[in-house]
Amino acid sequence: MFVELKKISKKFGNFEASKQVSFALPKGALAALLGPSGSGKTTILRMIAGLETPDAGEIIIDGQSVKDLPPSQRGIGFVFQNYALFRYMTVFDNIAFGLKTQKTPKSKIKERVFELLSLIGLDDLAKRYPAQLSGGQKQRVAFARALAPWPRILLLDEPFAAIDAKVRRELRAWLRRMISRLKITSVFVTHDQSEAIEVADRIIVTNEGRVEQTGSPIELYRSPATSFVARFIGESTVVSDCRALVGFENAPEGEGAVRPEFVSVYAQGEAVQFENSVQDGEIESLAFRGDALEVSVKVGAYSLGANYSLEKPPLAVGDQVKVLIYRLYAFESGRAVLISNNRLANGGAGYNFAI
Amino acid sequence: MRKLKAHKASHVRAYREENPYIRRFLIIVSLLFTLILLVLPLLSVLVQAFGSGFALFWKAVTNIFTIKALYLTGLCVTFAVIGNVLFGLSAAWALTRYRFKGQGILVTLIDLPFAISPIIAGLIFILTYGRLGWAHPFLDEHNIKIVFAIPGLIMATIFVTIPFVAREIIPVLTARGTDEEQAAVLMGAGFFRVFFQVTFPHIRWALLYSVILCAARAMGEFGAVSVVSGHLRGKTNTLPLHIEILYNEHHYREAFAVSAILVIASVLILTARSLVERLAKKEGPQ
Ligand SMILES: Nc1ncnc2c1ncn2[C@@H]1O[C@H](COP(=O)(O)OP(=O)(O)OP(=O)(O)O)[C@@H](O)[C@H]1O
Ligand SMILES: [Mg+2]
Repeated sequence: MFVELKKISKKFGNFEASKQVSFALPKGALAALLGPSGSGKTTILRMIAGLETPDAGEIIIDGQSVKDLPPSQRGIGFVFQNYALFRYMTVFDNIAFGLKTQKTPKSKIKERVFELLSLIGLDDLAKRYPAQLSGGQKQRVAFARALAPWPRILLLDEPFAAIDAKVRRELRAWLRRMISRLKITSVFVTHDQSEAIEVADRIIVTNEGRVEQTGSPIELYRSPATSFVARFIGESTVVSDCRALVGFENAPEGEGAVRPEFVSVYAQGEAVQFENSVQDGEIESLAFRGDALEVSVKVGAYSLGANYSLEKPPLAVGDQVKVLIYRLYAFESGRAVLISNNRLANGGAGYNFAI
Repeated sequence: MRKLKAHKASHVRAYREENPYIRRFLIIVSLLFTLILLVLPLLSVLVQAFGSGFALFWKAVTNIFTIKALYLTGLCVTFAVIGNVLFGLSAAWALTRYRFKGQGILVTLIDLPFAISPIIAGLIFILTYGRLGWAHPFLDEHNIKIVFAIPGLIMATIFVTIPFVAREIIPVLTARGTDEEQAAVLMGAGFFRVFFQVTFPHIRWALLYSVILCAARAMGEFGAVSVVSGHLRGKTNTLPLHIEILYNEHHYREAFAVSAILVIASVLILTARSLVERLAKKEGPQ
């Protein structure tokens, strides 16, 4: 493993910003630190960079503990949340800064800066000041500046947060391309799950200073380890009592989460294969999502999200429908357990579950 | 609903109709105050100074005691500016970039010279370093003279001007945040590179501005300096003290002539100040 955090703890006063944080990333990984605001993502990033000192635990980069290594010796490129470009320096001088402090020869600096400028596609803007750049351009410059001194690890704090939605999609794809081309081990912070899923090959989910789970996007999606991850990833509806749903009478007592892809909706009169596995519901809202309808259906006290094929009989708000829930995540003392509809399991042998 | 709107509109109109009178009144009040309290007295200083011809003015100004006082004032201003920049930058940096014990006390203490009467400031120095002061035996032993000597004048001037730079720089540093500095540190920049290449450009106009204000204040300082000076003509008299003596001795023309120097210097400083303001605005936030 190239970057490893072992039981890192950090307190600010009495507040525990990091609690026993551990994870490991292989060389070349592109990892996302994903979690709600205040969950300690930035703190983790800053401790890796050396801008913050952990109270306990160990950070290992390339087999070496970095405890006694000052920030500038760790080989870290850092892209700050608001870029933190040097406002009184040109784009060229911004990118050249890290090289100048390393006493790189002038000709070499020039070569490297122009190489990076062409990499980020801003060759013509070398003489501009940060204030004369768009948000996306600033971000690229910050990226180039972090990369200039050949760092071992690239850390990015909410790299897309300050950019408007349209440009953000472009930049995500761009960043992914760049990083996989440069093969540099990277960690970026985000609180947007779609961003993490789209860009990262590994996701570290944080919550209240703890790491909830680490894994590939698919692993997290398929098998959330904790109730927090089950809620946070995907568009789950949280139900306060699983046993209230038909087919889950034997589920563990308490809360659970139902994902849209766990739910099928049958219009009035439509054939239902396992009559006793369904329950009544009422359509609350409909939204067209290109290839399917996104419906919200009221089942008892809960509003469940579901997808509804356009091939099936048309639906309208207020329609009475039958609802089949194939499975759900039941929360058992903080863990998420996947439970199948017991009436299907009894009567629906051979049914093809598709997630 | 509609009624309410109509009422509102008429209210706005009524206010607008009133406006011209209030406007005129406020403008006249401000101009009148400026005229009576500022322009007329200043003009009369100049008129008095040059009223009996340039030759007499020149004679008063080139008087040996005047020149010595001018030199002393220049010395005080120079040291006040140097002390202010050193203290102001250090205090501003320490207060905005570090956490340490006594931070809150330092913030409060910085403002003290503005709140305290200058005469008290002068007395503090007498009580500390004067003949009856607790530090006097030590100073006497090492043959150091502070009170009734130039060091005392300089210290008193620094004392009364000390908040200028710090007060101006602290808000700028706070508003700028530390992101740029942290980025620079991560890229291996040492303290001086961070300060001069990253931080300094942000504060240079504020610094220049506060230095100008500090110089103006130091130049005109009378109270604290008057206490520690001892009024030794040609030795411990700054320009304001020199003027007072001339005036008390009924040398009115000379007093006004020397005052004219201070007035002209103030005008120059004000011009420099607005020039700095203009330049800073023009450069804007890069
Ligand atoms: N220097 C500090 N002093 C005191 N508390 C701090 C400090 N830095 C962070 N914290 C606290 O630690 C917690 C975690 O902060 P952190 O910035 O790591 O969160 P985050 O996950 O990055 O949140 P966001 O998404 O809002 O940026 C927050 O509650 C924050 O108030
Ligand atoms: Mg953060």
